[in-house]
Formats: sequence, structure tokens, C-alpha cells
Amino acid sequence: MANLKTTTTLFFVLFLIAMTSLPSITLCDENLIESTCRKTPNFNLCVQSLKAFPGSASADVRGLGLIMVKVMQSKANDAINKIRELQRSGPSPALTSCASKYNAIVVGDIPEANEAFSKGMPKFAENGANDAANEATFCENGFNGRSPLTQQNNAMRDVAAITAAIARQLL
Amino acid sequence: MEGIEDDVGHVPLLEAEEEEEEGRRPLRLRGSYLGIFGSTVFLVSMAALIIYQGHDYYDEAKIENKGNNNNNYNKVPRGVAEGVSAKSNSFLSETTPYNWTNAMLSWQRTAFHFQPERNWMNDPNGPLFHKGWYHLFYQYNPFSAVWGNITWGHAVSRDLIHWLYLPEAIVRDMWFDINGAWSGSATLLPGGEIVMLYTGYTHQQVQVQNLAYPADASDPLLLNWVKYAKNPVMVPPPGIGPNDFRDPTTAWFGPDNKWTLTLGSMLNDSGLSLVYKTTDFINYELNDHFLHVVPGTGMWECVDFYPVSINGSVGLDTSANGPGVKHVLKASLDDTKLDYYAIGTYFIENDTWIPDDPDLDVGIGLRLDYGKYYASKSFYDQNKQRRVLWGWINESDSEVADITKGWASLQTIPRTVLYDKKTGTNLLQWPVEEIESLRLSSHEFKELLVKPGTVVPLHIGPATQLDIIAEFEIELLGSEGIVNNVEGCGVGAVERSAFGPFGILAIANDQLSELTPIYFRLSNYGNGTSTTTTTTTTSTSFCVDETRSSKAPDVSKQVFGSKVPVLNDEKLSLRVLVDHSIIESFAQGGRTVISSRVYPTEAIYGAARLFLFNNATDINIKASLKIWQLNSAFIRPFPFHDTQ
Repeated sequence: MANLKTTTTLFFVLFLIAMTSLPSITLCDENLIESTCRKTPNFNLCVQSLKAFPGSASADVRGLGLIMVKVMQSKANDAINKIRELQRSGPSPALTSCASKYNAIVVGDIPEANEAFSKGMPKFAENGANDAANEATFCENGFNGRSPLTQQNNAMRDVAAITAAIARQLL
Repeated sequence: MEGIEDDVGHVPLLEAEEEEEEGRRPLRLRGSYLGIFGSTVFLVSMAALIIYQGHDYYDEAKIENKGNNNNNYNKVPRGVAEGVSAKSNSFLSETTPYNWTNAMLSWQRTAFHFQPERNWMNDPNGPLFHKGWYHLFYQYNPFSAVWGNITWGHAVSRDLIHWLYLPEAIVRDMWFDINGAWSGSATLLPGGEIVMLYTGYTHQQVQVQNLAYPADASDPLLLNWVKYAKNPVMVPPPGIGPNDFRDPTTAWFGPDNKWTLTLGSMLNDSGLSLVYKTTDFINYELNDHFLHVVPGTGMWECVDFYPVSINGSVGLDTSANGPGVKHVLKASLDDTKLDYYAIGTYFIENDTWIPDDPDLDVGIGLRLDYGKYYASKSFYDQNKQRRVLWGWINESDSEVADITKGWASLQTIPRTVLYDKKTGTNLLQWPVEEIESLRLSSHEFKELLVKPGTVVPLHIGPATQLDIIAEFEIELLGSEGIVNNVEGCGVGAVERSAFGPFGILAIANDQLSELTPIYFRLSNYGNGTSTTTTTTTTSTSFCVDETRSSKAPDVSKQVFGSKVPVLNDEKLSLRVLVDHSIIESFAQGGRTVISSRVYPTEAIYGAARLFLFNNATDINIKASLKIWQLNSAFIRPFPFHDTQ
């Protein structure tokens, strides 16, 4: 009898806790990272990428954009390293073309997006990020279906698309 | 329940249960389990709800429709040259690796459009005429072929065509512009002074308006500029966001003895224009109402506001007003990267403006240019009493190509702007007459017959630097009474209909594997069609089809166009300036204008050709053309070392 009484009490108390904290469970979790990432093509990747960076929890939308540009930089580096590795074992026109595309991403798109987010001109961040996604796609297409860079190109493209979508939110 | 009243401190529920225990054990047990079960279900369902809410509900359609003009994802289906059927094929799935050669990239550079020697340019700034020189300033990146590090580039010309580069005029060296020396406009004061107002982005990341003026107004080249020490002169007012406050216009002088100017902003996705008044260009008062606001148009950039004469024959000083004057309000929409204008009435008593036709309001009606065109700005040229319009033409290729070739962006050939008194609804834009000084040899063709489904080569020699003026007559074939009812540009020039498309093929090669059609397409051709008594309205569309302009997969290739008003007594006419990778096309004297970028891989240098074409099914075309070769403008650095 006592057991059942306490168990019931326990459940009842839990029930009350659930009722009162429910509003905060549904609303507090709706933080800026998540609401920003909802408006991008890849919610999960967006959240995961942003949360991996310290400072993302307290960043504004523009700050989140800047973090995504860093993520783009890291994906570009991954691709460049892979390209170099592949070129050592057998250069090809497609690889050379990819190298120049990723160079453009690193030398053009990323600095442009970085400055555009910092200097409050998000439309140019959108341009740079969209272009980076395109460059990755063109690199991939250059292999006629037998790409050794699919993982890197997809990563670049996905991350760039998220960055562009964040820029659009600032327009 | 005897005795319960005695148990003051106990929780009644538990007490009751305790009391019930002996008498109704089975029921109580079931009730308790029900409670546990119910709570568990409740908690589990709440947990499920929370997890579900984390699910992505990204609205793709809504975002895609916002239309980024730089988006290379070409959704227009392309067809076979013979025009049989269009096949839908997103260019992203093309699998040929593409390599730009130096020859292809070098060819893209223009011969007579303003562009810096290298690197990135965007908005035209502060255009003016002073002591015999036209001045152009522009947003410029001195270091790279992409946007960034923005300063004010500067160039001068005697004739708006032959430009000479000067050193940068404004750099980002003060706290009030350290993060950006952005767009602005010049106001010429009656005493000859020049004031320049421009947007600065401060070290605290706020958009502000700054005052600058020439260090030496007697210097015809206006080489050096001084920034007012107590900048900024305008800061975002309460309620306006720190990133929604930019691009001040030229000021105009009013009967209140004050100068008035306007700049774009937005509130809750409504684009609007704020009004400021000043007597000294240092102290400003904000009006309590906007010049105008249009819901749903987003941020208004590069607002332009100026009078036009309804008589339509001369340009007007920005301060002009009175009967016989209408005012044009123009905005560049940040959301869609498009320039819109509307003609209306300025109520100077309270500095508000309303459009003649609310359905053609700013941001929802007419566009200055239906192609690749943005951030336009006009100025009053007191030298020749005309209003002259500049517009920024961005690249449509990839940034890797821009970085490789070392430059990006052009300005249009400056255009005069007049009110079209024949239609009363449009502005007329036309290349400044000084471009004719570039004309070399010419070829003339009279009433060339072009039958349905045919292409006629025009033997004019080189075909990459041209000024083309053409008129088209329509000859109806077969019986009357064809009701066509097609509107717009279709999917491009491959889409045949009874009365179009027909026009010219520019930057085309002999094999027609690369070509850029510039064409008209009529919805109907009224010849007194009499089967019904309802009027068959003819609408004419004017279009440029980039979809086959290049075999390269990494350039944007769209079909641009719009309806163009054609009056009963008018022939169809067009003017086209071809200058390597830019084509500017004007229909009906400039009622509809389309700027287009093309990046061919084969139709370059000596392989580029010009053709007439008629892809309509039920009409012959008779075309009369005059075509000039155009010389280079030899745009180069100012020859400081030469003796004047």
C-alpha cells in the first residue's frame, strides 16, 4: 500500500513538473541557432556545424553567418588536401580544374563572404556562398560520374548553401 | 469517512485513499494504475512533441522564389537550334569538364564600356559634370575581383565615352567609414560648390551618412576630397535599423529655401524612402512622413528621385518643379536585385509622392532594365541639359573565372532619360549621342525578306563591337483570323508561335552552336481580324535569350524580357550595342531595355557573326538595318606625365 501510494505521488509530482516546465521546454530550446537553421536547406547540418564552434550560442545571426564561413573554409581545406593527395598519384584535367575552383573559393568567395557578413552587406555574402556551392558542383560534374571528391564536394556545397541561406535572412 | 475532519494536516486525497483502502481495494488499485498510465502517456507524448518540433520545416519554395540573380541554377529549358522542341536539362547535370582558355577570357573584356583596369566594381557613385569634365565614381575593390575592401574609384571623361582613370577619391580611413565607403550622390550648389553625401559603415557597424567635398573646387579633375571633420551628418533615426539606412540622393532646392534629399530604408519588409531637409548640408531634419512606402518590397537601395518634363524633350535639373513636370521615383530592391521605377506626382508641400498608377508602383511595376542591371543612378548634366543614367552590370559567370581573368563588372553606356509622352507610362532610355563618335564603317540593308524558320547572315565583317539600328515590318501569310494568344518571351527563341519570335542573332557563330537571339514576339497580329467582335489586343514582348549564348556550363543563361508598348503607327524597332561580353538592347526608342552578359567559347573574335532570324510560323519579316563597327574607347589612366 505504501509503495503504491508513493509511486502514485511520484508520478503525480512528475506530471506537475512536466506541466509547468512544458512551456519552457518547447520555447527555450527554440534558440537562435535553431530558428536560424530552420530557414536553411539542411537544418541538422546547420545546427551541428554551428554548435561545434565555441561562441555560437551567444552569436547573433550575422555572427552565425561568420561561423559558417569558417566552416566553409574548413571544408575547402579538406577538399584542397584531398585534391593534392589525388594529384600525387595521378593528375588529371578534372583534378586541375577542381584545384582552380577551390582556389577561387578560398581566394575569392570566402574572403568576400567574410567581409560581407562583417561589414553588414549580406547580399555579397550570399553571392560568395552561392558561388562556392556552384564551384563545388562544377568540380564534381567534371568527373563524369566517377568522382573521387564526392564527399568533399557535397560537404562544401551543403555548407555553402546553408551560409547563403543565413545571408538571405539578413537582407 | 469518519474521522477525516480530525486529520487537519493530512492531504485529503491521500487521506481519502487511506480511508477507502479497506473497503474498495480492487477499484483503488485500478484507479492508481490509471493515474500512472495517464501521466506516462502524457509525458511520452510531450517528449514526442518536443522532438518533432526540432524537425526541419525549411520552406524551399519560399526561399527559391526570392530569386537571387546571381544564382546560376538555370531552370529554363533549352531547345534544339531548329526550334522543334525544348528539352529540359538543368545545366548542373552536364558532365563535360569545362576549361576557359586565356583567349576566351581575354575576349570578354569590353572595348567601350567603362570598367577599371582590373578587379571588382559595383555601384556607380556621385556622377557629375564640372569644369569641362564628366566625373564617375564607383564602388571599387583595389585588391581582388570579388566584392570587398570597398573604396571610391574615380574616372573622368570629356564626353561620357572616353574615360581616364584617376586615383581613388574616397578611402576608408575614418571611424565613420572604416568598414565601408559606400554609395552616395553629389549635389551641385548654385555658387559652384560640390557636396558629396555618401554612406559610411562605422567601426560600430552602423550605417551613417557622411559629407565630403573637393579639397580644391578649382581643380577640374577633383582629385582630392576632404571629409567633414564632424561626420556623420545623418545617423539612423529611432525605429530604423542600423543596417537599413543608405545611399543618399542628390538634394533639390525647394520653395521653403531648404535642400531636401531622400534615402532608402525599410520597416517590416516595406520598402520606403526617408526625407531629410538641410540648409547647410551639416545639420539635417528628418521629415515625419516618408516620401513613399510600398509594402512587401523589402529594403530600398540606391533610391533615385528626379523630375521629368512631360513635354519629353529635355532633361531637368533635380530642383525643377511646376506644371508640366512629373517626378520619377526609383529603387533598387535588395531582395530581388532588380531596379524598379514609377512615374508620379511630387507634393512639395509635404514632400510626399504618389505614382500615376498604383498598380505600377515602385517595386511592383516597370523596371529600368529587364536584364542584368542594378544600383542605377542618374544625374543632371547641366552641360547638355539632359538627365543621364548610369547602371551597374555585374558578371554572370563564376567567380573562378572572374579571379582568373582578374576583373568583374561593367557600367552601362550612359543613357539619356526622358518621359515618353506618347505612352505616358514609360521612360525612354537611349545611349548618349557621344557614342556615335566611336562609329567607323557602316553597312546598310533595306527590306531584307526573312521567311518563317529561316536565318539570314549579315555580312558586316567583325561582329563583336557593333551599333545596330533595325526596323521590322510584318507581312501576314495565309488567312486572317489566327488567334495566337501567346504572351511573353516563351522559353526562348526556339519556341515558335504564329507571330514570333523574330529579330537578330548576335555573338553567333557560323554553325549557330552559340548565339544570342534578341527578338520580338507578338501575341496577336490584328489585321482587322473579324471572326469575333471582341478586340484582339496585340501585346508585343521584347526579349533576349541567353540560353544558347555559350556552351560553357558555368555561366548563367537566362531569358530576359518584358512587354513593350507599341503604338499603332509605329514600326517595330530596336537598337543594339554589342561590345564583347555585354549586349545592351533597346526597343521602341528605349521604352524597354535589356542588358545582357554573354560568355561564348566559340563565337569569339573573328568567328563571331550577326544574323537575322525569323522563327515565327505565320509571318514574313522585312528588316531594314544600319550597322556600324564601333571603335574602342581606349579607356586608360589619365596621362599625368603628358604636358597639358
